[in-house]
Amino acid sequence: MIEINEELCKGCGLCVAFCPKDVLKMSNKLTKKGIHPPEVINEKDCTLCGNCMLYCPDLAIVIGKEEKIV
Amino acid sequence: MKIVHPLIKYVRPGFLSTTNCAGCGNGIIAQSILRAVDELEMDIDDFVFVSGIGCAAWIPSPFFNADVLHTTHGRPIAFATGVKLSNPKLRVMVVSGDGDLVAIGGNHFIHAARRNIDLTVICANNGIYGMTGGQVGPTTPSGLKTATTPYGNLERPFDLPNLAKAAGAVYVARWTTYHARQLTKSIKRAVQKKGFSFIEVISQCPVQFGRRTGAGNAVTMMQNYKKNSVSIKKVDKLKENELKGKIIVGEFIDREEPELCEEIAKMRERIG
Ligand SMILES: Cc1ncc(C[n+]2csc(CCOP(=O)(O)OP(=O)(O)O)c2C)c(N)n1
Ligand code: SF4
Ligand code: SF4
Ligand code: SF4
Ligand SMILES: [Mg+2]
Repeated sequence: MIEINEELCKGCGLCVAFCPKDVLKMSNKLTKKGIHPPEVINEKDCTLCGNCMLYCPDLAIVIGKEEKIV
Repeated sequence: MKIVHPLIKYVRPGFLSTTNCAGCGNGIIAQSILRAVDELEMDIDDFVFVSGIGCAAWIPSPFFNADVLHTTHGRPIAFATGVKLSNPKLRVMVVSGDGDLVAIGGNHFIHAARRNIDLTVICANNGIYGMTGGQVGPTTPSGLKTATTPYGNLERPFDLPNLAKAAGAVYVARWTTYHARQLTKSIKRAVQKKGFSFIEVISQCPVQFGRRTGAGNAVTMMQNYKKNSVSIKKVDKLKENELKGKIIVGEFIDREEPELCEEIAKMRERIG
């Protein structure tokens, strides 16, 4: 599971550039801050490698296994 | 369902947004420090983070929910020395910029290393005075056109790891923001090391460095760090011309030397 916090994102594109599986793409959408956040285009290829989270300077992207509700 | 960022718990409530421009390496360094604290399973309240003036000085302050001492330009090591000597149990980490630590603060830097006082010093080296508009500094690469060197920088930059090593530091490493995983590991080592530990992080300033000098945006700058880095373990095998323009990364030294606070404690015992 990949979650992007659009309030924290500054639209730098590092997560997109360093994703080895092309899971992310910069979107055309404009946030309240006036920036283009990334969007998830290909979640099934995500290996949870962690690069996007590691290189996001603004803690705006989180990956993790989706917790199952029992 | 929401997943919570594992490092949010270390961020001061109300200060979630960093002070950095988009893509600034400072955020990657901030995260690497917090990840190291988290992986070491240490209490962030046992730390005191000390910074000076400049963009990099905002890495811990007010972002980290811990004791943070935001001091005057060039002086964080002097303040940190006082904190450590007054309470040697505290883990004291200095996080600041290249201008702050080795231009105006250069003397504090070499003398703290010489004294071997137990501090962890992390220098976010963007090769420039970021905050004040991109002026040349003692870490700016030769030849570079900056706001104050329109015809190119005529001076040579400091080699910070070798400066720290020669001055007496017991642990020295250099990484770039591309090496965030190795950087985290190094910070863990530096925190656990008794004595003066120094880590240089080559870090992108896409605004005052990238835009003005033609180094490009944050993505280009980090891709170049990846391309141009050479491990210190491979340096001996390379010729001088092969090392031109390369960033040597890795651990430069890891040695044991008497540490100042421990020597003071021993002296106290001796003189009664
Ligand atoms: C005594 C003093 N001199 C000069 C300044 C102006 N000044 C503020 S930040 C700075 C340079 C900071 O450079 P660096 O430490 O590399 O930080 P960066 O902004 O690049 O992260 C200077 C010269 C000051 N605040 N105080
Ligand atoms: S975890 Fe890795 S593969 Fe998945 S989106 Fe992030 S960078 Fe891409
Ligand atoms: S790295 Fe972070 S701030 Fe930059 S675009 Fe991706 S989510 Fe946004
Ligand atoms: S001016 Fe440069 S160093 Fe300062 S916050 Fe902006 S990108 Fe980072
Ligand atoms: Mg600087």
